[in-house]
Amino acid sequence: MKMSGARMVCEALIAEGVKTVFGYPGGAIMNVYDEIYKQDGFEHILNRHEQASVHAADGYARATGDVGVAMVTSGPGFTNAVTGLATAYMDSIPMVVISGQVPLSLIGTDGFQEIDAVGISRPCTKHNYLVRDIKDLPRILKEAFHIARSGRPGPVLVDIPKDITAQIGEFEYPKSVNIPSYKPTTKGNKRQIDKAVEAILKSKKPLLYVGGGVVLSNASDLVRKLANMGGIPAVETLMARGVMGADNPLLQGMLGMHGNYSSNMAMSETDLIISLGARFDDRVTGKLSEFAKYADIIHVDIDPANISKLVDVDYPIVGDVSIVLEKMIDGIEGKINPDRYSDWRDVLDKYDNLHPLSYEDSDEVIKPQWVIERVGELIGEDAVITSDVGQHQMWTAQHYPFDRPRQWINSGGLGTMGFGFPAAIGAKKGCPDKIVINFTGDGSILMNMQELVTASEYKIPVINIILNNNFLGMVRQWQSFFYDSRFAETDLSYQPDYKAVAEACGGIGYTVTTKEEFDKALKDAIEKNRVAFINVAVNRFENVLPMVPAGGALYNMILADKTKEK
Amino acid sequence: MADVRRVISILVENESSVLSRVSGLFAGRGYNIETLTVAPIPDTNRSRITIVTKGSKRVLEQITKQLHKLIPVYKVVEHEEMVEKEMVLVKFPIDEKLADIQALCQAYNGGIANVGADMIIGMVTDEPCRIKHFVEATKRYNPIEIVRGGVVAIER
Ligand SMILES: Cc1ncc(C[n+]2csc(CCOP(=O)(O)OP(=O)(O)O)c2C)c(N)n1
Repeated sequence: MKMSGARMVCEALIAEGVKTVFGYPGGAIMNVYDEIYKQDGFEHILNRHEQASVHAADGYARATGDVGVAMVTSGPGFTNAVTGLATAYMDSIPMVVISGQVPLSLIGTDGFQEIDAVGISRPCTKHNYLVRDIKDLPRILKEAFHIARSGRPGPVLVDIPKDITAQIGEFEYPKSVNIPSYKPTTKGNKRQIDKAVEAILKSKKPLLYVGGGVVLSNASDLVRKLANMGGIPAVETLMARGVMGADNPLLQGMLGMHGNYSSNMAMSETDLIISLGARFDDRVTGKLSEFAKYADIIHVDIDPANISKLVDVDYPIVGDVSIVLEKMIDGIEGKINPDRYSDWRDVLDKYDNLHPLSYEDSDEVIKPQWVIERVGELIGEDAVITSDVGQHQMWTAQHYPFDRPRQWINSGGLGTMGFGFPAAIGAKKGCPDKIVINFTGDGSILMNMQELVTASEYKIPVINIILNNNFLGMVRQWQSFFYDSRFAETDLSYQPDYKAVAEACGGIGYTVTTKEEFDKALKDAIEKNRVAFINVAVNRFENVLPMVPAGGALYNMILADKTKEK
Repeated sequence: MADVRRVISILVENESSVLSRVSGLFAGRGYNIETLTVAPIPDTNRSRITIVTKGSKRVLEQITKQLHKLIPVYKVVEHEEMVEKEMVLVKFPIDEKLADIQALCQAYNGGIANVGADMIIGMVTDEPCRIKHFVEATKRYNPIEIVRGGVVAIER
């Protein structure tokens, strides 16, 4: 069928089953917006900043597992989107971003709102395209979705010059993709898997090291099955919270810089790491030469470049975690029983009893950890939780009782402040039946606060709980620990009236200073079903503990708070 | 880990941005490029990029894997056993002895490429280490300009 390039974009999105597009128009993308106006195959959400559009598409993708879609114009529209692309790239999130570009004839002339989008986004996308011929457009769109969701997922940018969206061409959406140079390995080498199974059966202290790849591969049930079959203890990375389920006795907790004692000790003493979709990030390993010194390593990852990148691996298995785990479980079934490693589990239990994850609650001031636990008690598994970046993020990862994968959405790899609120908007569009809560800080929330307007207009009732310490808390914590409490530019005592801000933008605001007020505010916000700010005054100098100082050995944790400020 | 020198041969889809993807990967991840050559492969829509690099074993392994991840990359050949050639052009003043320069170039499988009114151009194609020796040997003839090409290589 003959149609304009702009219409092709819409038809392709509909053919891909896209329900929601997050975006912001402008000159170079106007032809496409004109077609969006005429169609009713998908909804368009007008965020109030392109960064928020991309984070919203990202949050949608993380909550649903489907490819998130965002649309922006050329020049500043695109550059505003870059942080969103980088955020998704670092966490391997499937996303397609469509950007307008100046007409082909103007490319390279420093035209109005011209910027080299493909050049800028090359290091922060899985792949990107500049469309040079309308004949290529249907194929490129098809490939973009395929590349975004297959192999190790990631964001793909399609940059389309304005004249191409105006031109008329023949549209037939390809049914399949053929990219000879792109064939991700998914199955896993059988012999390597067999060897890994033998290693597990020989091991005395195996440990499942569960990463975000398990979430991306929808492999949680299989991980739980393997763990339960052998009674194999597990630790989760920041990105994998929810995979094992908070109640699972095999789950030690989260490991790494702010991991709990028994998780980090488990990693330090295990004789066999079974790494599933994790990538040995420096925030997880601490000092590499001291990391898991006694362990052999099985590393299952879809990205061969992750294997032996930082830590030498004994059993490399390139493949999709789900497919590999099925084979592993087949190999192990009947040869293992849940009592097998009970001595090892006893050791870890002792560690956990010695230094359980805890905090000192208070009657005078609200502790941020209390708020998180309280939300867990009140809503628990009915919630999808997003967060921004900082102390509140770590406390949420530590203390919220996550029950399932995709319940926990945060920017782990890039650590992008301003991610939480728009991601929550995207998550709510993807999971309308869930209560969506963004735990945020008084620093982070200001970085995409304009989304109050978006959420009000489209009636997307996400609840932002601001754990307000009047500080850029995480930076302040490092200043307390490592910079002799010189609080350079981290004091946020000059505050907006968050309640008033929320209400000025059509939302609802609460100011909370006691536990009772918090319960009431949360209940009211859920009932009112409107976008909300719950501004909770929390203890100013609370620190995230345990903490492994950057570059220190994982087993050397700061466990008790010895700082002078209270 | 000690650094080793390695020739990497990359087969890519012929498209405008592919070279920037490859060179950008090296720049962004802090890998080193000693020489780089690129040309289309006859009768295909592919090109070959040949890069000489240096790094520890782990870095070289990462380079190969990261290159593989680029969507338009078909194949990455990283071999110790490659036949390597490099080319160099050297411009000498006309008052140097033509016969001596010619003999020197011939000793390195080359010859005189051009003689003009005020200069002589010698050309040599040989293994990279011999090119280095050749360039040193030219010094006594007061070379005005030396232009080295990158390494091209083929598997043995
Ligand atoms: C966009 C961006 N800028 C700067 C940082 C560095 N940074 C990390 S945590 C943090 C403080 C966050 O403060 P807040 O949102 O109030 O959360 P808190 O740590 O107090 O819970 C900063 C500035 C970042 N991660 N992202």
